[in-house]
Amino acid sequence: MSLTTSTLWPYVVLVLVGFLPNEIWRWLGFALARGVDEGSELLVWVRAVATAVLAAVIAKLIFFAPGALASVPLSVRLSAMAAGFIAFTLFRRSVFAGVAVGEAVLIAGAFVAEKL
Amino acid sequence: MFLRAGFSMLRPMPEPYRINFVSDTAAWLGGIRSAWLSVFAYVLFGTYIGIGALAYDFNFSLAWVIWSTLLVWAGPAQVILISTLGGGAQLIEVAIAVGLSGVRLLPMVVSLMPLLRAPQTRSYQLLLPAHFTAVSMWVESMRLAPQMPVERRIAFCNGLASGYMMSAMIATVAGYYLAARLPILLTAALLFLTPMSFLVSIARNSSMLVDRLAMIFGLILGPVLAFQNVELDVMWAGIAGGTLAYIAHRIRSGMQ
Repeated sequence: MSLTTSTLWPYVVLVLVGFLPNEIWRWLGFALARGVDEGSELLVWVRAVATAVLAAVIAKLIFFAPGALASVPLSVRLSAMAAGFIAFTLFRRSVFAGVAVGEAVLIAGAFVAEKL
Repeated sequence: MFLRAGFSMLRPMPEPYRINFVSDTAAWLGGIRSAWLSVFAYVLFGTYIGIGALAYDFNFSLAWVIWSTLLVWAGPAQVILISTLGGGAQLIEVAIAVGLSGVRLLPMVVSLMPLLRAPQTRSYQLLLPAHFTAVSMWVESMRLAPQMPVERRIAFCNGLASGYMMSAMIATVAGYYLAARLPILLTAALLFLTPMSFLVSIARNSSMLVDRLAMIFGLILGPVLAFQNVELDVMWAGIAGGTLAYIAHRIRSGMQ
């Protein structure tokens, strides 16, 4: 029952351990949203929780970087995030400016760190 | 009417809508257009080149990784799925890791659904936008949907997600074929797209104090709880950070 040789098994695995454990949260959200009104106070709290969860995910991706990103030193990853955020605030809250500057600093920083 | 007025002080609702569409088809196409005009289409493109390449490295078939993009539709979950399955982890471990990364989708769906629901909307019409909910689609929907009449929002948001998915699909295929030729620094830069774009896009959407505080608390609590080896760290960081931000918001509006 290899993941790469059998034809059907990989798709069963995809549904069981990829699709279902992820999709269950969307279905739960769908069910819970039924009684909630647009503009209700509860929604302000839910949105705050969503934002905080997302922020926690972001910080974890930087501190515990996956795969090839782990080869870039933590100090460079943090500086790149900070530079991207500053660029975003300076250039009329542009997401593009933030991402472009952050990426540039990450690549340049990784080069410099390798030379040191 | 009085209650409505009270709410509009919290969340100004522009009455003549800034965006309008003549039909649902126009709204769907408008969503695709908005997707390709936003930076997320390109961020997703880069991210999914990385995911396609990762799937190639771990010997998954191209069809499998395309299905994973369609069914899972969440970048971090797919990275976990491919790298842990490919690394030979137990299926139950993989399911738990994917499930934990998906917690963020719950409050996102809960906050989006009421924006899309018109009085005549049937429940099943919300199933597709619920499946489509991912950070890119959520951020843009929360920003753009309130600017148009409620009857057009579902079609628009489905179009938005369709546009993003097209970008992700093309990139998954491209990444799968490019895999062997990608230098490690480029792969690192592609993986960095997710946290960098997530950060600036939630910052852009945080116009209210409560959202800004929630972002700051989450950024601090996330790694703190993770370093303390707290189980379900991301979930607790979100609940605690979001609730603290909400309390601060209530205290502030109570003082005014």
